[in-house]
Amino acid sequence: MKLNEKEVEILEILQKDARFEAADIAKMIGTTETDVTETIRRLEEEKVIVHYATLVDWAKMDNYTGVTAMIDVKVTPKRGVGFDEVAERIYRFKEVSSVYLMSGVYDLSVTVEGKSMNEIARFVSEKLSTLDSVVSTTTHFQLKKYKHDGMIYASNREDNRIVVSP
Amino acid sequence: MTITKKSYVAKSVEQMRPSGIRKFFDLAATMEGVVSLGVGEPDFVTTWSVREAAINSLERGYTSYTANAGLMELRREITRYMVERFHVEYSAKEEVIVTVGASQALDIAMRAVIDPGDEIIVVEPCFVSYAPLVELAGGRAVTIGTTGDTGFKLQPEQLEAAITEKTKAVLLCYPNNPTGTQLDREDLEAIAEIVKKHDVLVIADEIYAELAYDQPHTSIAALDGMRERTILINGFSKGFAMTGWRLGFTCAPEEISRAMLKIHQYAMMCASTPAQYAAIEALQHGMNDVESMKKDYRQRRNYMVQSFKEIGLDCHLPGGAFYVFPSIQSTGLTSEQFAEELLLEEKVAVVPGSVFGEGGEGYIRCSYASSMSQLQEAIKRISRFLNKQKGSAV
Repeated sequence: MKLNEKEVEILEILQKDARFEAADIAKMIGTTETDVTETIRRLEEEKVIVHYATLVDWAKMDNYTGVTAMIDVKVTPKRGVGFDEVAERIYRFKEVSSVYLMSGVYDLSVTVEGKSMNEIARFVSEKLSTLDSVVSTTTHFQLKKYKHDGMIYASNREDNRIVVSP
Repeated sequence: MTITKKSYVAKSVEQMRPSGIRKFFDLAATMEGVVSLGVGEPDFVTTWSVREAAINSLERGYTSYTANAGLMELRREITRYMVERFHVEYSAKEEVIVTVGASQALDIAMRAVIDPGDEIIVVEPCFVSYAPLVELAGGRAVTIGTTGDTGFKLQPEQLEAAITEKTKAVLLCYPNNPTGTQLDREDLEAIAEIVKKHDVLVIADEIYAELAYDQPHTSIAALDGMRERTILINGFSKGFAMTGWRLGFTCAPEEISRAMLKIHQYAMMCASTPAQYAAIEALQHGMNDVESMKKDYRQRRNYMVQSFKEIGLDCHLPGGAFYVFPSIQSTGLTSEQFAEELLLEEKVAVVPGSVFGEGGEGYIRCSYASSMSQLQEAIKRISRFLNKQKGSAV
């Protein structure tokens, strides 16, 4: 679908911070609050806006044991459906948080979240590797999250500009 | 017998009034939890690739002086940039000088053209250092005050009336600090006609040229017959978010450039070498970042103007820079009273328009080089302040 300049601008603002209120967005882009509300509603309906969520730094929580792994998956595409069918078989698992089709030496990049390394190991060996189309998997565990979706996690940047300047 | 202590300070400096901004800085600096709309510099940190270019230059040991006028490679990039962005052509070898910020560029421009007693027309409200720099160079600053009725645009007839036989140059700054006012091509053409008629020079401080939101900036040097009578001043501080690097430049006809270079080589030698390497990277690969910052500024500008209107302060839509300049006349306070009370009561720092000279009284300068959440908080507090004002006025 073709998006106009205003729709793109609203999306860009929301992508930076989904909690901007329609009234403020209206002021920022020079339109009415109703117009913004209406546009957002339409973009939600069209699934251009897929979902609103919160970025959480779970590492801040004491005793947090959750782990995330990124798995490079080589698969055999199927005639007629290509990679879509196997991708779907993979993303249906609730442990899987993202699936991307990639160019390069492997085909699918799968992100899996689990409560422990064991849980992910079990998922890979029992669920993922056993799928018919899956040829091979390489699992990489994330050790630390520095930046995600454009946000730096351990940022303590302060505004050190002088308070009043010419 | 009383002994009066001898002052070693030059009378001309003794008599200069200190910048009016200083007072608010001192007051605000002692307070906690201040939301500042007083900052005259970007809230963005210089793009990493630009910072990295400076680091790389240090790692390679590029720590010596550069040519007085700046690295040739940088000057070439500057001339390319000036053609692409503003359609003005200069010789990298003879007509560009890399300076320590636009401030030093202004200083060498003044000193290169002013003979004792020469008049320089300064259009106010404006950046606080123009008149002092004119005076330090031995000239006399003749001020013209612009007003809110015309959106703080210099009117051609005002200029005409201010020109005398002693007028050497007109100092223009668009997009303007503090009003954010931008002149479009027609406005500039009318001014150029008068300038040409009276054969005076223009010193054009175009430091905010990148930050023009509604239409691309027109440089006065790009107009017919103006290149030969214009000293263009620009730099990296605002558009490229590089204030602390102190890097600016001048573009001017060869004869004037040669004169400015003489002063520059005696007084400064050259601009900082790592900053010059950073600037090369900024011009080669930094334009996307400039565009993205500009987009943010534009949204914030719209937000501020609309919000001020909603809370009852009249505010023109400024075409550039990162300032809005709302009128506070409806409160009955002077701009200095307003700024001081607002700071003390609601801890919002703004700059009273009066410090920027004639025409600034009755207005406050609010910088929107701050995050949206800071701006939202500031508006909330100013709104509360205005309501209290109304309450106490009854």
